[in-house]
Amino acid sequence: MTDLHVVPSGLRPPRGSRRRHLLSVADLGRDDIERLLATAHSFALSQERDTKKLPTLRGRLIMNVFYESSTRTSASFELAAKRLSADTLSVKASGSSVEKGESLKDTALTLAAYDPDVIVIRHPQIGAPQLITGVTQAHVVNAGDGKHQHPTQALLDLYTIQSTLGRLEGVQVAIVGDVLHSRVARSLIQALHLVGASVILVGPPPLLPADLAPVSFDIDAIRDADIVYVLRMQRERMQEGANYVPSLHEYTARWCVTPDRLRPGQLVMHPGPINRGVEIDARVADSDAALFVDQVRAGLVVRMAVLYDLLTTGPVLVEVPLEVA
Amino acid sequence: MILVGRSGADDVLIRGARVLDPAEGVDAVMDVRIDGGVIAALGVDLDTSGHRVIDGTGLVLAPAFIDPHVHLRTPGREDEETIASGTAAAAAGGYCAILAMPNTDPVVDTTDVLRGLRARAVEEAEIPVGFMAAITMGQAGAQLTEMGELADAGAAAFTDDGKPVATAGLMRRALEYNAITGRILALHCEEPSLTRGGHMHMGAVSAELGLGGWPSLGESLGVAREIALAGDTGQPVHLMHLSAIESVDHLRRAQEVGVRATGEASPHHLSLTDEAVRSLDTNFKMNPPLRTETDRKALIDALNDGTIAAIATDHAPHSREEKDVPFEAAPFGVTGLETAFGALYTNLVLPGLVSLETVLERMSTGPARIFGLDVPRVAVGATANLVLLSTEATWDVREDDFLSLSANSWLIGERLQGRVMLTIAAGRVAYQAYEA
Repeated sequence: MTDLHVVPSGLRPPRGSRRRHLLSVADLGRDDIERLLATAHSFALSQERDTKKLPTLRGRLIMNVFYESSTRTSASFELAAKRLSADTLSVKASGSSVEKGESLKDTALTLAAYDPDVIVIRHPQIGAPQLITGVTQAHVVNAGDGKHQHPTQALLDLYTIQSTLGRLEGVQVAIVGDVLHSRVARSLIQALHLVGASVILVGPPPLLPADLAPVSFDIDAIRDADIVYVLRMQRERMQEGANYVPSLHEYTARWCVTPDRLRPGQLVMHPGPINRGVEIDARVADSDAALFVDQVRAGLVVRMAVLYDLLTTGPVLVEVPLEVA
Repeated sequence: MILVGRSGADDVLIRGARVLDPAEGVDAVMDVRIDGGVIAALGVDLDTSGHRVIDGTGLVLAPAFIDPHVHLRTPGREDEETIASGTAAAAAGGYCAILAMPNTDPVVDTTDVLRGLRARAVEEAEIPVGFMAAITMGQAGAQLTEMGELADAGAAAFTDDGKPVATAGLMRRALEYNAITGRILALHCEEPSLTRGGHMHMGAVSAELGLGGWPSLGESLGVAREIALAGDTGQPVHLMHLSAIESVDHLRRAQEVGVRATGEASPHHLSLTDEAVRSLDTNFKMNPPLRTETDRKALIDALNDGTIAAIATDHAPHSREEKDVPFEAAPFGVTGLETAFGALYTNLVLPGLVSLETVLERMSTGPARIFGLDVPRVAVGATANLVLLSTEATWDVREDDFLSLSANSWLIGERLQGRVMLTIAAGRVAYQAYEA
């Protein structure tokens, strides 16, 4: 067993009686992000051991309530809770009383009767996590609400960039695709701004809100980026009549991230699931430039850090001194 | 008779209030004696014999308010509001008359429905109420209602509120035909192809939150259409719940060239901006949506210069279960009757943005003139339609205190300065905040 070191006091979670949640990156400061990434880093080291389970949250209950399909987010929250020895309970909209017309409020009140310490909620409608905070005593983690926010995705993306490039400050990120409908993009843009990285949005004009970051409609604008962050192009956005782009063919011709649009050394990220041949060329997806698996791995330790952070208010115990950007 | 409801012949003497009637040019501390529901005397040290005496010292006595935009939810959603509860709430807000919207279930589009409502109001209404009728059958935008018959049966005005009249062609026909009724068309200005999927003002805040945007152009394009049609037909139009600077600019220019167009604004659009939506509190979700500070300032300017001649609450009750949902799933609309004066006094008068006189005028004389109703006046011989106000009293807006059956107020938890102490509507004491 290696020595335990205490994280410097500047990285301590905010003290106070107020119940904390993770609803939006907008609620975080740079200190919060640095603390969470440092905690995630310490958990990453623990995950290199043969015995990966930590006793930290023994006896705690983490409830995962998913009203939308999800593979990586729900899996990694569940595994994160288990690695911290918490009990987990997963509720999905299909097969539950949601299908019998129960309102979100009533479902939340019912689940709250089991006294969960944390409720992790994914919901197609903006504002669902806020509603849960009002009707339960749990800490609430937003695992994606409509087009609004997906803060743990942004944190795992920062963690991935930091681990790969060794820094966040000054990193240039080009986000490519459907920003308008993307909660991932909204959270990530805010998070990148918080840590001093720069962002440019690239894609079709109707899918790039003007007020979030500089925009370019030309795929060549990704050339200066250290990281090309490709968003999923949702097929329903390209149905006839939606008219965000005239056709899938035109989108792919103009904005698909292909090998010849990348320069050597650029790294490619994607929140998944990917559409090969739509927003990203298969050769790019299968290349060493793609960090998709690193992102998934980061998702586990970042979510461990988030659960741990919400449920502890004391100093964070870690196993090695930290180097945080 | 457009207004129906309880009236009375109360004998009241209000002692020593500051009597303020901007339209009549009255501003003096004096007594007001009401004999049998009619203002009988103004003066100092009036004889009190046989009258209920109310001490108005330190208070303001003004013409009572008229709200031309109220959803009474009756028939169809009597769990959210009834004629009795809505008019009681209005009385508590200082109103002596309100106009009810016809987007009920069923829609007020036949004389049978209208007559039924008016008969109920005679029994139940705490203050007089006028019922608007729909412009098109079922508000479906296809077939005009029997506007002549409806006007004869007492329709206060015509509106498809909640949505625009579907096409310019039908709107033009409605304006032409409406020449026979002598009523006004009150219009909800919206271009649906621009607002579909919108939950809040389209701008920087909606981009950040990811909520679907309801752009200013969605309103101002509708305003431009209605003004063009009013100019073309020579018929008057009243533009409801204006929210955007572009709409106000259109209206001001139209008035300058003689188009018969009037406008109203709500206390929430005059008080709040889209920044409030960041909370994702569903009591900040209305149609049209809260806009930017630039828009709010334009509304205030228009209120001051008279471009917007009326303040209307757009009181829109919703049940708790309808609003206790994620923001995106919530219906549009907030209540406002009981908080209107306090909100306006706190947010406009106290910061020096609008004078008390202007607020009082736009809440009373302004809407009365637009809709052809008797103007409430403080004058001998006039029916007593009076409100006694404290501009000093502060009060906390609490969910449990509303007389409305619904509590979807954007002001819950807020402290307001400015309070209605007494309302006399159609000669009858309809509300009193304290024991005399």
